[in-house]
Amino acid sequence: MGSTSAENHGTEGVGRRDLIKRSAALGLISVPTMSFLSACASSGGDDSGDKAKAGKKTAKNPLAVNDTAGMEFVLFDGGFGKEYAEDAVKIYEKNFPEATVKFSATQKIQSTLQPRFNQGTPPDLIDNSGAEQMDMGVLVGKNQLTDLTPLLDAPSYDDPDKKVRDTLRPGIVEMGQFDGEKVWILYYAYTVYGVWYSQKALASLDEQYPETWDQMLAVCAKAKKKGMAGWTYAGKYPYYLPFSLYPMIGKVGGREVLDAIDNLEPNAWKHPAVKACFDAYYELYKKGYVLKGTPGLDHIQSQTAWAEGKALFIPNGSWVENESANVIPEDFDLAVSAPTGLDSSDKMPFGTIWASGGEPFIVPAKAKNAPGGMEQLRIMLSEASSKNFTGKVKSLTAYDGGTDGVALTPGLKSGVAALDKAGENVVNPRLQDWYVQLQKEKIGVSGLGEMMAGRLTPAEAIKKIQGFADEAAKDDSIKHYKHQ
Amino acid sequence: MQHGKYRFIVGFLALPLGLYALFVVWPFIQSIYYSFTDWTGLSPEFKMVGFDNYSRMLDDDIFWKSLQHSLLFALLLPVVTIGLALFFAFMINVGGRKRKNGPVITGVRGSSFYKIVYFFPQVLSIAIVALLFAFAYNPDSGAINSLLRGIGLDDLQPLWLGDPDLALWAVMAVLVWSTVGFFVVLFSAGMASIPAEMYEAALLDGANRVTTFFRVTLPLLWDTVQSGWVYMGILALGAESFAVVQIMTTGPGGPDYSTTVMVLYVYQKAFRDGQAAYATTIGVALLVVTLAFAAVVMRLGRRERLEY
Repeated sequence: MGSTSAENHGTEGVGRRDLIKRSAALGLISVPTMSFLSACASSGGDDSGDKAKAGKKTAKNPLAVNDTAGMEFVLFDGGFGKEYAEDAVKIYEKNFPEATVKFSATQKIQSTLQPRFNQGTPPDLIDNSGAEQMDMGVLVGKNQLTDLTPLLDAPSYDDPDKKVRDTLRPGIVEMGQFDGEKVWILYYAYTVYGVWYSQKALASLDEQYPETWDQMLAVCAKAKKKGMAGWTYAGKYPYYLPFSLYPMIGKVGGREVLDAIDNLEPNAWKHPAVKACFDAYYELYKKGYVLKGTPGLDHIQSQTAWAEGKALFIPNGSWVENESANVIPEDFDLAVSAPTGLDSSDKMPFGTIWASGGEPFIVPAKAKNAPGGMEQLRIMLSEASSKNFTGKVKSLTAYDGGTDGVALTPGLKSGVAALDKAGENVVNPRLQDWYVQLQKEKIGVSGLGEMMAGRLTPAEAIKKIQGFADEAAKDDSIKHYKHQ
Repeated sequence: MQHGKYRFIVGFLALPLGLYALFVVWPFIQSIYYSFTDWTGLSPEFKMVGFDNYSRMLDDDIFWKSLQHSLLFALLLPVVTIGLALFFAFMINVGGRKRKNGPVITGVRGSSFYKIVYFFPQVLSIAIVALLFAFAYNPDSGAINSLLRGIGLDDLQPLWLGDPDLALWAVMAVLVWSTVGFFVVLFSAGMASIPAEMYEAALLDGANRVTTFFRVTLPLLWDTVQSGWVYMGILALGAESFAVVQIMTTGPGGPDYSTTVMVLYVYQKAFRDGQAAYATTIGVALLVVTLAFAAVVMRLGRRERLEY
């Protein structure tokens, strides 16, 4: 995930950035293993006494920020860089000239901030992202976060008649909720997941993007004749497959199938739509349409093979454009499509796509200046800041719109078009942020990965995955969530 | 002057012992304490839960898998690595044929070159080694499969790290590759201190290379081999296995948990799943395994010390 959003770091495997973290971890996790862990526990205690006093609520200051209180903002310094946040901090400083803002950017979110949470002295705003992302479920469960509802109900930065919540893309507010109404997280970036391909390569086969699975197989057969594989995927991180597989399940069987899966309902995976989609993907393997050796490739290697034209399609997220920028040829004409369905009897129309927030921002419960942290977010969600972000890092933000007048790259343009086409039909499976281990290791690697490597049949894979899901539902060491 | 002796000794020892207690002993005690709590690692609040973490661990399939792999690492890697290293070191230092006008005891031709070759992986960080091999194992364009294709074995294109039956062995091979050089140097140093007369006497008695090795070199090198054994075992249980597994195989520890090891599981529980207390519990288990390993090796390896 060299590059972009929280998604790629949060939900995927190894990356260049991870290496740094890992080499550091080597030092920490040697034989005794535990000494480091304990070093950061203990201490702490309640210090709610030193919160900044509320300021005066005005039209310009709807969150009643104390204009002399300091504000501390810690950003994950990832593929999006830190410039966009620095620009937003400058606006905060201009609006509150007497406040001192302490801004820092780091890749080591957890190692820097975990001790501060343990001591009860966290900063006021955090971009909790990257390989060292802190577990949100635990933070929420242990009452470590501030409810962001006041921010969502505040007037937006650009239009006093519009609430912030009304300027956001679909799904952003829901994604920040866990159970109940409170909103704990505000995802700032917006990621489009789907099937990524080269428009040029597809055109060279005289083909359109296939809408039914029969067409998909036909396109793959045609590609195979030309010596090109139909598909490849991050074989070592098969939890990339869901980026196109889950929305396909939703399209075939309806949203409720995905919701049941997220809710860990008994036999959720035994739904016929799941079986049909697994069978469809398995057929890709059976017919030899998956690039040879794919199960042994990591995400970078598979993306490189795909960019070199060895395979036509790859399931991925919108960060792939930035991440693979150095291997994608100039005339590649990158495009994303909503996943192919089965046939016309599918419950949802072609265009049903998975899109969701990335780059999660949180305001800790013990922050000294929580209104300041929220105000900083309000500034970032203005149209100008959003445009600034999109222009600088080739990604959409949670702010709905904000792309007018920004030069869009081919992939981003195609992502925007796919979102337009999807309209209301955006699905957002939550397994990957609710149950990380279940999604990545169990369903991903041990289920889907084994199936696509041909070591499990779809029926066996479903049985295994249902077993994992039942296990997770019973496991009381993890917090459980339900769709509202 | 006798009565001041203890005060003198204590004065010297107090500081290092204090530091040791503070930075080594205390964290151990603390960790064991935390393994009885439900501490998440993300908030200062936790409560005692008794043996919950331990009973959970005993029911945890992934824990057992990682324990199994860790034990395999600890038992197999030292055997292979030290066996190879002894062989190489012997050939480099003693195993050569006698050449005209040369010393009686010598290594094979080009031995100084081999020494450098063997030691070379040591200068690379384990993270880099793991990354390099991750590329080499790439089934599509990696060096190993390309080589197989190059010599006409087109049909033999294993998935290496993507194959649950091969991944663990592939990872172990990298560890052997990267650590064997260290032991070659260690044993070379040990062999250098064995008096040449012993070898000369053995040669005069008509001993061949194999006999020389088992009757002269190995017994005289035993202490070094034993410490190397413990060292390698601990390395295989701890840092090195973590590095290669984490970097080379899939994030969670190989396809279908085929390469997961205890240290990796500790790391994942503590830093990914927000279950620091459970992680310390596995850490305690790892501590027990490590201590048991060292005890067994020391015990089995005990033998009379040879003086020379």
